[in-house]
Amino acid sequence: MSGYWAGILTILAINIIFAYGIFLPVATGQLNLGGAGFQAIGAYGAAFLSASFGLPVPVTIGVGMAIAGITGFVIAFPLLRTRGVYLVLATFAFAEVVGGLILNSDTFGGAMGLSVPAFIDWHVPVTAAVVVTLFVFYLMSTRFGLTMRAAHDDEVVTDLMGVNVRSIQVAAFAIGGALAGLAGGLYAHSFNFVEIQSFNALVSIYVLLYVLLGGTQTAWGPLAGATFFTMLPEALRTVLPALKSGIYSLAGVEGAVPAPDDSWRFVILGALTIAMMVFRPEGLITRTMIERFGFHRSRAGKGAPA
Amino acid sequence: MLLLQQLLNGVMLGSVYVTVAVAFTLTIGVLNFLNFTIPTLFMLAGMIGWALAYWGLPFEMSGPLPWPMALAVGIVVSIVASLIVERFTFRYLKTRYGDSTEHAIPLVSSLGFLLVLENLVRIGYGTDAQRFPGPGADLTMNIGGIFVRIPQVVSLFLVILIVIGLTWLLKHSRIGRGLRAIAENPDAANILGVDTKRVVPIVFMLTGLLCGLAGALFAVNYGEVSPQMGEDIGTKAIAGMVVGGLGSIWGAVLGGLIVGLIEMLTIHFFGADTVQVAVWGLLLLTLFVRPQGLFGHNSIGKGKL
Repeated sequence: MSGYWAGILTILAINIIFAYGIFLPVATGQLNLGGAGFQAIGAYGAAFLSASFGLPVPVTIGVGMAIAGITGFVIAFPLLRTRGVYLVLATFAFAEVVGGLILNSDTFGGAMGLSVPAFIDWHVPVTAAVVVTLFVFYLMSTRFGLTMRAAHDDEVVTDLMGVNVRSIQVAAFAIGGALAGLAGGLYAHSFNFVEIQSFNALVSIYVLLYVLLGGTQTAWGPLAGATFFTMLPEALRTVLPALKSGIYSLAGVEGAVPAPDDSWRFVILGALTIAMMVFRPEGLITRTMIERFGFHRSRAGKGAPA
Repeated sequence: MLLLQQLLNGVMLGSVYVTVAVAFTLTIGVLNFLNFTIPTLFMLAGMIGWALAYWGLPFEMSGPLPWPMALAVGIVVSIVASLIVERFTFRYLKTRYGDSTEHAIPLVSSLGFLLVLENLVRIGYGTDAQRFPGPGADLTMNIGGIFVRIPQVVSLFLVILIVIGLTWLLKHSRIGRGLRAIAENPDAANILGVDTKRVVPIVFMLTGLLCGLAGALFAVNYGEVSPQMGEDIGTKAIAGMVVGGLGSIWGAVLGGLIVGLIEMLTIHFFGADTVQVAVWGLLLLTLFVRPQGLFGHNSIGKGKL
C-alpha cells in the first residue's frame, strides 16, 4: 500500500471515530460543538505521556481517552443543564477554554506544540475505527440505544415513560467525549506531532456537519458523513483541475492552467450543507431508508391489513 | 496612565463587539436563531470595501473608489448577503419532524454559509491581511497624555446612536411591534395579522446593516482587513451577548463593552495569550451560574426582546 493511501486511511479512520464521538450526544438531542476540545484533550494526553515518560502506545492512548471521557462526564453535569442554543454555546466555549489553557501551558509546549516519539502504522487507527463502529452499532441496538433514540425524539415523553433522560444524556456525552479523545490520541501517534492550532473551532464545526449531514437517526449516518467528506477533498483534488482546464480550453485560453484554490472544497462542503438543510434536514441516511433497504421486511409492510 | 489608556482602548474595541453582539442578540431574540453568518457579514463589508478602494469595480469598470464610497458599497453587499441567508435558512424553519435537534436546522445552514462566503472571499482576494487605505490611526488627539483616535470616537457615537435608534424602532414602530410579537409567539403573531414573510427579512436586513457597519468601522479604525477578521470579533461578540443575556439589546451593549474591557485588562496584566481563557471562561461561567446573563429573561430557548 502506498504512503498516500495509508495517509488517507488513517485520516478516514480518525474522522470516523471522531464523528461517532459527536454522534452519541447528538443522538440524544444534545448538539456538541466542542468536539475539538475533547480531541485536543485525548491528543495532548497521549502526546504528553509518550514524550515525557515514554509509555507504550496503548497506555498513552488509553489514558488520553480516559481523561477525555472523565472530562466529558464531569463537564456534562453543568453543561447539560443548558439546552438548545445555550448548550451549543457552552460546548463551543468549553472547546475554546481547553484550547486557551493548552496554549498557555508550558508543560504542553504552548503554541510550539509537542512532538510525539512513538509512531503507529495505519493498521492501528483502521482497526480502532472498525471496533468503534461495531461498538456504536451494538450500543444503538441495546436498550440504552433505544432510550437514546427516545430521548432524541421526545424528551418529555421519554421521561414520563420512566427513563432517566438526564443520566442517558450524561452517559452519551461522556462516551462521546472518550471516543473523541481516542480519535485525538490516534491522531497524535499517527502524525507524531500535536499543536493546538489543529484543534480549532472549525474542526468542531466540520465534525458536527459530518454527523448532521450523514444523519443522526442511525449509526450509519456518521459513518457515511465522515467517509464522504474525508474522501471528497481527495476526489476533488483530481476532478477540480480537470474541470478547470476543461473550462479554460472551452473558453479558448491556451497554456498552463493554475491549480484551483484549495478553498473550493470548503465552499462545496458549505453549499452541500445548505442544500441538505433545505431538502433533507434529517440527514442523508434515515431509519426509514435503512428499513426499506434492509434484509428484514419492514414492519409497516407486514402489519398492514390486506 | 497606561492603565487608563488600556481602559479607553477596551471601550473602543468593545464598541465594535457591541455592534456585532447586537446583531447576534436581535436574531436570537426575535427568531431564536443563532446566526453563524454574522462574523462573515462583518468580514464581507470590510473586504469588499478594501477591494473597491484598492482595485475599483470588478472587470475594470472603474478605478479605485474613494474609501467612504467603497465601504458604503461593502455595507450594501453585506445586507444583500444577509437577505440571501434568510432565503435559505430561516424560511425553511417549518416543523418538518418534531425532535429536539430541529431548532438546529437554521443554525447548521448558517454554518454552511459561513464556510461558503468566507472561502469564496479567500479564493477571490487571497488569505493575507490587507492594509485599508482609510485615515487609519493617523488622526489622533492627545488629551492629557492619553491618545484618542478621532475615527474611534466617531464610531463610538455612531454605535450608541444606532442602538438607541434600534430600541426606538422596536418599541414604537409598527415593524418593531411585529418583531416583538414574533419573538413572543410566531404562530400567534401570524394569526393576529403580522405578515411574518415581510417582517422576518427586516431582522436580517438589520443584521446585515449592523455587521456591515461594524466591519466598515473596524476597517477604518484599525486600518487592516483580512478574510479571517470576522472569526475573532464574532466569537468575542457571542461572549458579550451571552454575558449580557440572550435577546436583550442593552445586555449586548453592556456585555460587548465588558468583553472589550476584560480583553484589554487581561492583555495589560497577564499578556495576550490569556485573553482566550479569560473571555471564554467568563462565558462558560455565565452559562453555568446565570444562563440568562445580566439582563436576559429566564425563559430558556425562547429569547424575548
